[in-house]
Amino acid sequence: MEPGLNDLNEPHSMGTTIIGVTYNGGVVLGADSRTSTGMYVANRASDKISQLTDNVYVCRSGSAADSQVLSDYVRYFLHQHTIQLGQPATVKVAANLVRLISYNNKNMLQTGLIVGGWDKYEGGKIYGIPLGGTIVEQPFAIGGSGSSYLYGFFDQAWKEGMTKEEAEQLVVKAVSLAIARDGASGGVVRTVTINSEGVTRNFYPGDTLPLWHEELPAQNSLLDILSAPSPEPMST
Amino acid sequence: MQELCKHPFVLVRLPMPDDACVSCEIGYSSLLVHRRCPMMYGKGLKDYVEQVPGSRSGSLFSERTLYPYVTGTALVALVYRDGILMAADMGGSYGSTLRYKTIERIKPIGKHSLLGASGEISDFQEILRYLDELILYDNMWDDGNSLGPKEVHNYLTQLMYNRRNKFNPLWNSLVLGGVKNGQKYLGMVSMIGVSFKENHVATGFGNHLARPILRDEWNENLSFEDGVKLLEKCMRVLLYRDRSAVNKIQIVKITEEGTTNFPPYSLKTFWGFESYEKPTAGEEGHHLKMTN
Repeated sequence: MEPGLNDLNEPHSMGTTIIGVTYNGGVVLGADSRTSTGMYVANRASDKISQLTDNVYVCRSGSAADSQVLSDYVRYFLHQHTIQLGQPATVKVAANLVRLISYNNKNMLQTGLIVGGWDKYEGGKIYGIPLGGTIVEQPFAIGGSGSSYLYGFFDQAWKEGMTKEEAEQLVVKAVSLAIARDGASGGVVRTVTINSEGVTRNFYPGDTLPLWHEELPAQNSLLDILSAPSPEPMST
Repeated sequence: MQELCKHPFVLVRLPMPDDACVSCEIGYSSLLVHRRCPMMYGKGLKDYVEQVPGSRSGSLFSERTLYPYVTGTALVALVYRDGILMAADMGGSYGSTLRYKTIERIKPIGKHSLLGASGEISDFQEILRYLDELILYDNMWDDGNSLGPKEVHNYLTQLMYNRRNKFNPLWNSLVLGGVKNGQKYLGMVSMIGVSFKENHVATGFGNHLARPILRDEWNENLSFEDGVKLLEKCMRVLLYRDRSAVNKIQIVKITEEGTTNFPPYSLKTFWGFESYEKPTAGEEGHHLKMTN
């Protein structure tokens, strides 16, 4: 299939799976770790969850360059804003700064972002900022090419008022499901949990993730399987 | 001269000497190139342009938005006895995916107007910011006067038309309705700046599906209940027949007293036709039937 002969109605799909979820007390952000250049995996352990301030992080998807430079600009502006304000920036301000840059450069940027954090006024909040620069506040958000496989999953599995552990498990499960089916997503699952107590980063390498359909448990070598005693022939 | 890429997504207007111009009506040669076309990989736009001697390359390029991302679908509105009723679903589509299902596409503007939009949501959000500023400055006059729907409609017309002239439209169809001093007003502005007022309007698919219903059943003296029923009839048809419709409706009313946002709700749909349950009944041997 010739590249460029896309159906005019399809927006550009973006390599990555990113998720942001609110729970009672804060937010959990999650992402895969694959950065691809065409078919080659340029970085199999990248960190797509970038810090904007002490209490606000952003999940990046789409063009790695565009999303990195955008989050660098926002980090710079937020730093100045924090100094001028004299207290931590709110998640809403961070998200609107991201929107401003996204919207005003919509012709040149190709990046979808999920901004998530905690502030003392509104608690945990998640803002989705897809291509084009629309800003949407949501109880949970999914993005990137891998997210196509998660709409149905979240329709069924999401519920309001989860605990921190439930939320984190949901995010890890979801990213791992997307990695199973999306070629542009892979590697490890990284999560960042933000609440009134602070920020916690977690790292889930492939062998800690559940196995899905048609996936087999990992072995060191065929030889390990062969050296296991062969089953006794049956006898009546 | 470069070959035209088959997938026009960015119109780049470059002043070129007349003899180099390939095909354009505006006196510029236009290079239609898809930003993500493989032809463009590793190249900048400059590689495709013969630099006009003596000009700054930065000023030669202008891009236009030609591609909406997150879009809202049809909107329907009508004038009734006490004011304006406007209805829209709460969906934000991302291409063919029904991605967002709780987007408010109807917002109050100042004291006297309602703005509804279909099309690109980010552009609608930007228009709301422009109007915020407009209303703010209007309030700052503190002269007892306030912008009514007619004035806001005119502002929007100017906004949309001027953007269209610069080949950089705000990708929306807007519906502006309101009541001021007992005068009811309902108008529309499209992304190319077409602007008019009417007693009933619709955008997108609503043009084809809702307008005929409204033409038939609208009258000067609709009560609130009649108006809502009429809008619901239109929204139900849109739900059946518009692929990007989502079953979560937002209805907003504006009267002299003010705006009322009704809570979002879903419409019941009817599927109990015999031919829906048994579409292939009577098919066997149908080609053998005799006709007189």
